Amino acid sequence: MSRIPGAGLAKGLAVTLKTMTKRSVTQGYPEVLPELPPRSRGVIALFEENCTVCMLCARECPDWCIYIDSHKEVVPAKEPGARDRTRNVLDRFAIDFALCMYCGICVEVCPFDALFWSPEFEYATDDIQALTHEKDTLREWMWTVPAPPPLDERAEEPKELAMARRNAAKLAKELEQEQPQGREPNGPASPGGDA
Amino acid sequence: MTVVEVLVRLALVLAAFLVFPLVIGQTEHKVMGHMQARVGPIYAGAFHGWAQLVADGVKFAQKEDVVPAGADRRVFRLAPAIALIPYMVVLIAIPVGSGDLVGRSIDAGVFFVLAVMGVGVLGSLMGGWASANKFSLLGSLRTAAQLMAYELPMLLAGASVAMAAGTLSLTGILGQWEWWWLPWQAVGGVVFFTAGLAELQRPPFDMPVADSEIIFGAYTEYTGLRFALFLLAEYAGILVLCALTTVLFLGGWHGPWSDDLGWLWTLLKTGVLAFVVIWLRVSYPRLREDQLQKLAWTGLIPLALAQLVLTGVVRVAIA
Repeated sequence: MSRIPGAGLAKGLAVTLKTMTKRSVTQGYPEVLPELPPRSRGVIALFEENCTVCMLCARECPDWCIYIDSHKEVVPAKEPGARDRTRNVLDRFAIDFALCMYCGICVEVCPFDALFWSPEFEYATDDIQALTHEKDTLREWMWTVPAPPPLDERAEEPKELAMARRNAAKLAKELEQEQPQGREPNGPASPGGDA
Repeated sequence: MTVVEVLVRLALVLAAFLVFPLVIGQTEHKVMGHMQARVGPIYAGAFHGWAQLVADGVKFAQKEDVVPAGADRRVFRLAPAIALIPYMVVLIAIPVGSGDLVGRSIDAGVFFVLAVMGVGVLGSLMGGWASANKFSLLGSLRTAAQLMAYELPMLLAGASVAMAAGTLSLTGILGQWEWWWLPWQAVGGVVFFTAGLAELQRPPFDMPVADSEIIFGAYTEYTGLRFALFLLAEYAGILVLCALTTVLFLGGWHGPWSDDLGWLWTLLKTGVLAFVVIWLRVSYPRLREDQLQKLAWTGLIPLALAQLVLTGVVRVAIA
């Protein structure tokens, strides 16, 4: 390949010498934390308040590493003659990270936005049992989940916000209509508070 | 020379023997690291991991000294010492500075040094044979074959310098040395250095300890301190080879202000050569066994012979 004999040998020496003069790529990890991309798949966090125990995540999980226990609670009827309702209460939500293959299907499949990727990754232990994390730990990890990326500048408003605004407008209108007939209002209407 | 003076000289040689191989080893750790875009050891001793080899030594000392059941116990235990001590003996004869700055000036210096250096390989042979392990035996036989192949060009290159100076004494050679010997003996120097590398089994000539095929050659069965001694022998070997190349081919203590700073010149040249040894290790892949032999017999020996001829012709021409 090389025309001058020994050119390849010289090139090898040059490469190593050049590398020596450059900064090394080593990261001083325990002292210096790595700069992870914001959407890193470190661990799966659970936003417990959003979970309805629909079991979709547990069923879709290819590794069967999500354990969910729940019971039903009766919600008494609000009006006389109406039927009592039932509601699912989450008792246990655990992910076995020794089994999890970090595919993220559970995060994708959750219809109620209860599962999120968190970039937190420092949960290695020397006990395989300790890798099964219960819902309180999963809920704690929720605080490490970064905020969702901002929408595009001219994108449509998120549905939740649009709904809240519409409700607030309606309430304000109702209050306005009540004002001339009834007493004076106690204070300015607070729009969007309970939407 | 009084007894005290002899003792002082021996103590100095021993100190150099104990310190410089470790310095070379630490340099290797760091240089290799940076050449591979790593940082090398950084924790031991806090400042750039300077105490890494001390920590290694402590670790080796703590380890169990295992002798395999089928081994020839006495030979097995003796081998590391045989591998290590010759290099210390060689160090005595190497002149560091002008005048009397040498452990012991020996008349047949080149002869003595090359002969004793060859003994070091016996340690690997003994260890490999006594281990009662196939890999060890293979490794030690490869060592022996390598010694056979590379001792010859090394001797021829050394003889060329001796011929040029008209003396076998290392101090005598340095006394005769002129700057134009550098280009004159350049080929011999390259041959000498390369053959020395091969004799030390340093990469790219580390076929006898090729870990990917024969584990660690002759040293496979060694543990703890004895293993550490073999490793130390390798670094002592680098020191001796570099110092010897410096003395024979690079003019030793010759250089500007060599009357006062001659020893510094020797150290500097030796250090640069040791860096080259490390550099070669990082840059080149291991030669196959047949390539090793081919390089020696068809490459280095003809070159060394050509150098001898050149030396002879020039010598006759200027006489």
